[in-house]
Amino acid sequence: MQPTHRSSRLLQPVRMGFVVFSLLLALTLSLIPAGHFLAMPDFVALVLAFWCVREPLRVGMATGFVLGLVVDVAHGAVMGQHAAAYVLLAWASLQNSRRLLWFSPGAQALHMLPLFLMVQVVMLLLRLLAGDRFPGWEYFFTCFTTAILWLPAHYLLLLPQLRPEERDENRPL
Amino acid sequence: MAVRDPVPPIFRRGLPRSARLTIFLLLTLALMVSDLQLRYLDALRQTLTVISYPLQIAAASPAEFFRNARAYFTNLATLNQENARLRAQQLVTARQLMDVGQLREENANMRRLLELRGALRERVIPAEIIFPARDPFSRKVILDKGSLNDIEPGSPVVDGEGVIGQITRVFPLHAEVTLLSDKNQAIPVTVQPSGLRAVMFGAGNGLMELKFLAANAEVKPGDRILTSGLDGIFVPGLPVAEVINVTRDSAESFARILCRPLGKVERSGAVLVLMRTEPAQQRPADEQALDPRRSTAGRIRNKAAAEASEAAEEGTP
Repeated sequence: MQPTHRSSRLLQPVRMGFVVFSLLLALTLSLIPAGHFLAMPDFVALVLAFWCVREPLRVGMATGFVLGLVVDVAHGAVMGQHAAAYVLLAWASLQNSRRLLWFSPGAQALHMLPLFLMVQVVMLLLRLLAGDRFPGWEYFFTCFTTAILWLPAHYLLLLPQLRPEERDENRPL
Repeated sequence: MAVRDPVPPIFRRGLPRSARLTIFLLLTLALMVSDLQLRYLDALRQTLTVISYPLQIAAASPAEFFRNARAYFTNLATLNQENARLRAQQLVTARQLMDVGQLREENANMRRLLELRGALRERVIPAEIIFPARDPFSRKVILDKGSLNDIEPGSPVVDGEGVIGQITRVFPLHAEVTLLSDKNQAIPVTVQPSGLRAVMFGAGNGLMELKFLAANAEVKPGDRILTSGLDGIFVPGLPVAEVINVTRDSAESFARILCRPLGKVERSGAVLVLMRTEPAQQRPADEQALDPRRSTAGRIRNKAAAEASEAAEEGTP
């Protein structure tokens, strides 16, 4: 199973309902009260970047902006902090989407690492400008855990599109 | 000759990606500035919590379920220990309560004799910390009561041992408490044995710092720190923290004094929100005559507040 541009496997078209569902699920996961466990992966950034790479015509900066605002409110952060970071992430993923899809999922994760790091750095810079204190180097662990999750997310989010054209009662997937 | 399309390409294709990026970034910057500097965005925040709060509860409830399940299966020995401790504690508090009842009566009598009016009466709203806020840059927790339960921004929040913070944002069903250990939170205090007045700031790492005290200030490790009540928000005399470390550097004019909070700051549990009902303002007679409508409104409001506080007192035996 290697649903990239190099593989000869054809994917079914994505359903927008599934995209919205996955984004809402990511939002819920990002609200798990983890306390000050700083290496918690940024699920919203992960799923947003994934759909920006996969479906650049449907998911983009506007989605990132709205999601960012909701995350800002829910995390009690400064309004616009996550929104700015997610808009930049969506832009960078859109710019890279055609190139990224020729790589294997593992290589894609490596390519996404700097983008997730950029999300962290943008938020850190904005908060330092706003006069907050540096939360410690553990803060940057988040981008590594998020990039590692790119592999499982890649398969999970593509599962509905990997179904065969004609349904086989004995083999549902 | 090619027919020219009357619609220019920018409308057919939409804005180029870089232009959209610029617009969105400017929008977010405008949001940040208006949130931090002008504080215009409360309405937007309130609206967005309608989306985020159900998700937050959905995300928090499995964690809470596991915590409750673990509490359910705690062993008998622990429970017995806790029971014994609570009994002992209750004996002590019962004795203190008897004293307090007597003192309160005495105080009321004295005030009547001195014709002092407006003794501070406060309402207490019990609440529970549901989860700490996720923002790694600040120290905040979320309470399970909001503006529907009459929580107001600015109210102090205490637990069994001492002050833990102050309510900074109120939503319909929940409220945000900025903990004393937050870097942007300050509280006016007195140092107990010496009576020095100072302002305490969060150090950001779970501890607090007494700032702007002279290098030869009379503070030593082990001193207790109480609220001074000078701000008119915190009631005077609430325990806040304990001094753990004093560094006197001759190169600096101020001492560096680190304190540890007494309240279980940053751990979940039951807390009390102290609502301050202001003493009834006595208006001059001429002002009452000039503006009867306003004074009536004030009286009615004060009466309502007094009734509410009485109800609250009856509710808590």
